[in-house]
Amino acid sequence: MKFRTRAIHVGNEKDPETGAVVPPVHFSSTFVQPGAGEWGEFDYSRSGNPTRQNLEQTLASLEGGTGALAFASGMAATHCVTMLLKAGDHLLAGTDIYGGTYRLLQHVVGPSGVDVSLANSTQLDTLEQAFKPNTRLLWIETPGNPLMSITDITACAELAHRHGAWLAVDNTFATPALTRPLAAGADLVMHSATKYLGGHSDLLAGALVAGSEELHGQLYYLQNACGAVLSPLESFLLSRGLKTLELRVHEQCKTAQQLAEWLSGDARVKRVLYPGLPNHPGHALAKNQMQGGFGAMLTFEIDGDLAKTKRVAEATQLFQLAVSLGAVESLIEQPATMSHASYDASDRAAHGITDSLIRLSVGLEDVADLRADLDQALNA
Amino acid sequence: MNQDSLIDAKPANDANSTLAVHGGEARQKLADSVTDPIVCASTFTFENTQSVIDYIEQQQPREEYGRYGNPGEKIVEKKLAALEGGEEAILFASGMAAIVGLFMSKLNAGDEVVFFDECYHRSREFCSKHLARFGVVTRQVPACDYDAMESAITPNTRLLVSESPTNPHLSIIDLERFAAIGKRHNVETLIDATLATPYNVRPLTYGVDYVLHSVTKYLAGHNDLLAGAIIGSQDQLESIRNLRGIMGAVNSAHNIYLLQRGLKTFALRMERHNQNGQAVAEFLESHPRVEKVYYPGLASHRDHTIAHNTMRGFGGLITFLVKQADWKETAKIVDAVTVPRIAPSLGGVESLIEQPLVMSYYECTPQERRQFGIPDNMIRLSCGVENAADLIQDLTQAFNA
Ligand SMILES: Cc1ncc(COP(=O)(O)O)c(C=O)c1O
Ligand SMILES: Cc1ncc(COP(=O)(O)O)c(C=O)c1O
Repeated sequence: MKFRTRAIHVGNEKDPETGAVVPPVHFSSTFVQPGAGEWGEFDYSRSGNPTRQNLEQTLASLEGGTGALAFASGMAATHCVTMLLKAGDHLLAGTDIYGGTYRLLQHVVGPSGVDVSLANSTQLDTLEQAFKPNTRLLWIETPGNPLMSITDITACAELAHRHGAWLAVDNTFATPALTRPLAAGADLVMHSATKYLGGHSDLLAGALVAGSEELHGQLYYLQNACGAVLSPLESFLLSRGLKTLELRVHEQCKTAQQLAEWLSGDARVKRVLYPGLPNHPGHALAKNQMQGGFGAMLTFEIDGDLAKTKRVAEATQLFQLAVSLGAVESLIEQPATMSHASYDASDRAAHGITDSLIRLSVGLEDVADLRADLDQALNA
Repeated sequence: MNQDSLIDAKPANDANSTLAVHGGEARQKLADSVTDPIVCASTFTFENTQSVIDYIEQQQPREEYGRYGNPGEKIVEKKLAALEGGEEAILFASGMAAIVGLFMSKLNAGDEVVFFDECYHRSREFCSKHLARFGVVTRQVPACDYDAMESAITPNTRLLVSESPTNPHLSIIDLERFAAIGKRHNVETLIDATLATPYNVRPLTYGVDYVLHSVTKYLAGHNDLLAGAIIGSQDQLESIRNLRGIMGAVNSAHNIYLLQRGLKTFALRMERHNQNGQAVAEFLESHPRVEKVYYPGLASHRDHTIAHNTMRGFGGLITFLVKQADWKETAKIVDAVTVPRIAPSLGGVESLIEQPLVMSYYECTPQERRQFGIPDNMIRLSCGVENAADLIQDLTQAFNA
């Protein structure tokens, strides 16, 4: 079955008891057992819940993995992955990673004795030099935030495996509708399911999908031991969102591509960072790695200072001023003062995050409405 | 800054994706949240006695008690009105509750209703069994026979009713002609546009007075809630809203949130339902085991021209007859499909399939079924938003099973 059909049917088998087309939501925290010392399929909702399990089956199918795990947030999922490592192990991560991941690695995982370092994952030579004999995990994110840098998953998998490390990919921006890292050789996929997978700005969730039974087993053990599982209601809402994932993402990509092309030709805009534009440094790679679109996140730099950029970001009527991304509502933000404000100014400069950058999360609205909105805001 | 002004200022001649996402919603919401909160309150508090008196005497717009309205409900009503291009919408607990609400508030003993006979069987049942108990006379005329409809009008006629497309024959009503008959005789008109949705056609723009929806279907779209709605002018809806407050067939706060969430992808889903419906209908028409396909998007459909001229697309519902098959051979095909599930209802992301003889007309006599146009070899398929190739492949194997 094709991706979209699986998104609707895998993990959503009809309820055998009532025939309900949509499986019931199981709020039960605990389950009655057949006998003392005998265990049924479910025992306690932290170790397994039917609603969460349905969702995990859908996620595993969409990413092409052997098993998936749903977490209370994206950060909870990432944290679970870092628990695979022990003091003395080395974790290597790309530089263009989500700020919260950076914070977790630098300030939580690092101090616990894991050796953490960062290297530019779009430069394979630089990345290879950063491997150490004790490197256990390579963590990358593609497209990267906020410059939409593209990292070669296949090449990273080859590198990681040559050095005896796992490759984990934060696939939040691309989604399995566009990119399936496991098929490209990654061992593990992570999602902030808060974003496109949920898709409606109304839940927090994280997900891990493993490419092997063994890794899935280890992560399942850690998830149950640490406890950051996703609630039944959120699991249901997330499953519901997945049914329109491909429709939403393809439509949002189409709109983003049109907006990127339009912005590129506008005199008020200095440059547009979108992998779907031929002049983007990752374009050729993205064409290969992303099927059906180049994502719905785009960043552009305006011809103006910090104050002017702030005015533009505040002047839109349809795009709403907020961090986060991936939902039906379009959002706008200024990386320098919002998503990447926690970076030092010098770090921002080193990463090319200038004061006049604006990041858009393109939603499901009509492209003509969004274009008109940006057009008036750019005059602010 | 208010989002409404921007959305409402647009000439809303199109139920597009921007309206689906933002229509009816305030730009800045409670607690600055991007999505609207679910207000579970059964009742709403007043600051003091004077504020109660002000509310009653000055009719200040605010909530009072859950049966009369809920903040989340108001937002979804505004969104539905925006999509339909109407002044106001009223939500009900189900489509049938909406139908009953409209009939009960508009009709008195001695009044008459004329309706086209192809329709949802429960609507027909309510007219013939229950309205009759209250002394309301209902007259059925053949679908699309406008002369018959006009001839059936008497000085007591209050309402002309039809579905468009009709269920399950997918006949398409000439809405302009239908509305004109009503205007000519000073009789109100109602279209149940459940199968069309405002994405494909907006009956109010043709002069129809009321549009009714089983919101359960495409508008909610996920096979996980029941809801109904009536859209029309504020004046004409007032008595319906008042009666709803008394009869109590209101929807719940949680349900309404799921509906609001479902509406965000409404335009997107409809575009796909239309594509899948057209592709599967064309496949069925070319299949040797199929005798006839009812789908307004096919040139062979009786009402194709009017459908083509008035509708953006034709939805996901397809009715077809299996060639030289009795009811059992027909049932075999229904039982052999693996993607659509066997269930009543339609319009959700999951495809559903049913044999009307078995599902909705089992208790009818063969003669009644003939009268309603339900042959034994009829199958109704509601195409979801799955991949069209998967649906076609599945039907192919089911025909060969
Ligand atoms: C790429 C990426 N990874 C991880 C996260 C963290 O996920 P969450 O906010 O669901 O904890 C986010 C978003 O916040 C993100 O954008
Ligand atoms: C055309 C039509 N109208 C009305 C209804 C009744 O709506 P509900 O099932 O939401 O009560 C249905 C479906 O059941 C229908 O198909």
